Amino acid sequence: MNLDLFLQYVVAGITYGTIYGIVAIGFNIIYNTTGIINFAQGEFVMLGGMTAVTLARVLPLPAAILVAVLVTTVVGALIEILFIRWLRHPSVLRMIVITIGLSILIREVALHIWGEGVRALPYFTGTSVTSIRLGGVYISPQVLWVVGISAVVVAILGGFFRYTLLGMQMRACAANRDAARLCGISAKNMVTLSFMLSAGIGALGGCIVSPITYVSYDSGVPLAIKGFTVAILGGLGNSAASAGAGMLLGILESFSVSVLPAAYKDVISVAILLVILFVRPSGLFGSAEVARLKEF
Amino acid sequence: MRKQGLQIAGFAAVVAAIQLATFLTGNVYHLTQLTMSAYYSLVVLGLCILTGYAGQISIGHAGFFAIGGYLSALLTTHNFSAHGGRVVSGLAAMGILARRPDLYGGELLTVHPWPACILAVFAAVAVAYAIGGPVLKLKGHYLAMATLGFGIIVYRIVLGTELVGAADGIYDVPAFPLLPGIAVSGKSSLRVMNYYVAWGFVILGMVFLMNLVRSRVGRALASIHGAEDAAEAMGIPTARYKLKIFVVSAAFAAVAGVLLTHYNGGIGPSESSVMKSVRYLAIVAIGGMANLWGALFMSLILNYLSLRGYFGSFDDAVFGVILILIMLFAHEGLLRRQLLDQIRGAVIRRGGGDDP
Repeated sequence: MNLDLFLQYVVAGITYGTIYGIVAIGFNIIYNTTGIINFAQGEFVMLGGMTAVTLARVLPLPAAILVAVLVTTVVGALIEILFIRWLRHPSVLRMIVITIGLSILIREVALHIWGEGVRALPYFTGTSVTSIRLGGVYISPQVLWVVGISAVVVAILGGFFRYTLLGMQMRACAANRDAARLCGISAKNMVTLSFMLSAGIGALGGCIVSPITYVSYDSGVPLAIKGFTVAILGGLGNSAASAGAGMLLGILESFSVSVLPAAYKDVISVAILLVILFVRPSGLFGSAEVARLKEF
Repeated sequence: MRKQGLQIAGFAAVVAAIQLATFLTGNVYHLTQLTMSAYYSLVVLGLCILTGYAGQISIGHAGFFAIGGYLSALLTTHNFSAHGGRVVSGLAAMGILARRPDLYGGELLTVHPWPACILAVFAAVAVAYAIGGPVLKLKGHYLAMATLGFGIIVYRIVLGTELVGAADGIYDVPAFPLLPGIAVSGKSSLRVMNYYVAWGFVILGMVFLMNLVRSRVGRALASIHGAEDAAEAMGIPTARYKLKIFVVSAAFAAVAGVLLTHYNGGIGPSESSVMKSVRYLAIVAIGGMANLWGALFMSLILNYLSLRGYFGSFDDAVFGVILILIMLFAHEGLLRRQLLDQIRGAVIRRGGGDDP
């Protein structure tokens, strides 16, 4: 394998890795405030992408994406309010099954609205064959859009959690729910907010990546499982590490295609998930001591 | 013991009554879907003992079903006569390979269904043993994700492998002669017999599981479900029991996979999809989690309705909605065992009056 081909694989890996990182951050936001893994996370990505594609027929592209993100955010809020908010001390098993049920429900609704067809947004700049030459590597401008927007989102999110009152309230809930409530923070509203944030970020991810990966009613589950792999790889709850782990998984996956048939691409990432779960459930960057105290 | 015998006899009577009803109303073709429901019920019963009684969730049971079904289908359809060699002729002499005519009048040399079935179930059990150890150490979300991951791996492998027909699956799978005169086959002339054979398997499985639940093992499982650390502290080897029950439940799924594949004459990748695993879980949940009879009846009803196409294009959605509703409003399960006692208790209290 020469250097140019190697770099080309790396670029492809980073593109996919970014979207896995975005899904993983969605997992982490909800996990941090609730201790729940939202199995419907991939469906938010799908919903964002599908809505944007439909809206793009009547609205200019940026407006379509904005509205799609807002719609998905509202869906996230509705899901939390209807199915999760009023449960008292739900067990982990119960939450797993409910979010799995929700994921099926959203997927089936999408199937009835949009059918089985595969859709995509137009490329943000240029067309599918436009490319920028960097050294010996060809990069689609869309890849730059994906990486750029994701980086901005991660930066804004970091700032939100660190500097705004709302962000700090959410972190307080994540650190100690009871203590946060004693300080007058409405833990329930924070949970709703975390679902909204997570849905919105997932939807944005779905929009920016859809020109490259396409989107269909059933594209949520593979994304969810890979996002989860990345979240575990980086250590559950650690969003910064998720971004790095996303790149790692994306690149591993893209190189696996050069060794194994492309049909087995998903097998690789799931196998990585299993190995991580078996060997080091605290993640590559997480500490085993902290993980032992967490409730799964 | 007598109560158990009565329950089994009652269920056998229900099975016979259903057959009689289809005969009298002239709807004999419904038996085909009822037979398929029976095989799916075997998977559900195995999952019920694992998730309901031992409290270990699995979203990958369709994977074990597919390992059983696919391996049996592959061995009984792959033509070995092209391979030649001493090993093949040796196996043929031992009766493991059998000659049978194909559709076009030629001759196929394939593995006899019996050794194929044994090998397929053995393979599923071996896989369950291998992954069960590390998987069952996990709890909650991680356990769910790991079993889901296993299911996805099996699905992706069967979907991506040409040898097992990729997206088409394997077809032209021969009948399975269980005993002389009794064969698992989808021929319409054997429909009634196959209906009873299938439900016979379910009753056998039911007797086995009911005895298991009432045994030392069953009590150990219940204690693991209640509080695993406490069970461990009481000296129950929890890891060993969990692994055992995981393997038993995988074996149930694999047997069901083998039999249904021979009954349908084929198997496709959709049998190993995540949706199938979720469906089994939904049936266990609506059946009352730790309630074998509840799971069995719900499996009979829901699988039958689904296979007859009553849910139309909402087939998957129905099971999703069931899962959500059960978990929101009756997370102990709908048909839970205590329900009857509670109703009885409420009636007595109201009737008694002087109860404080």
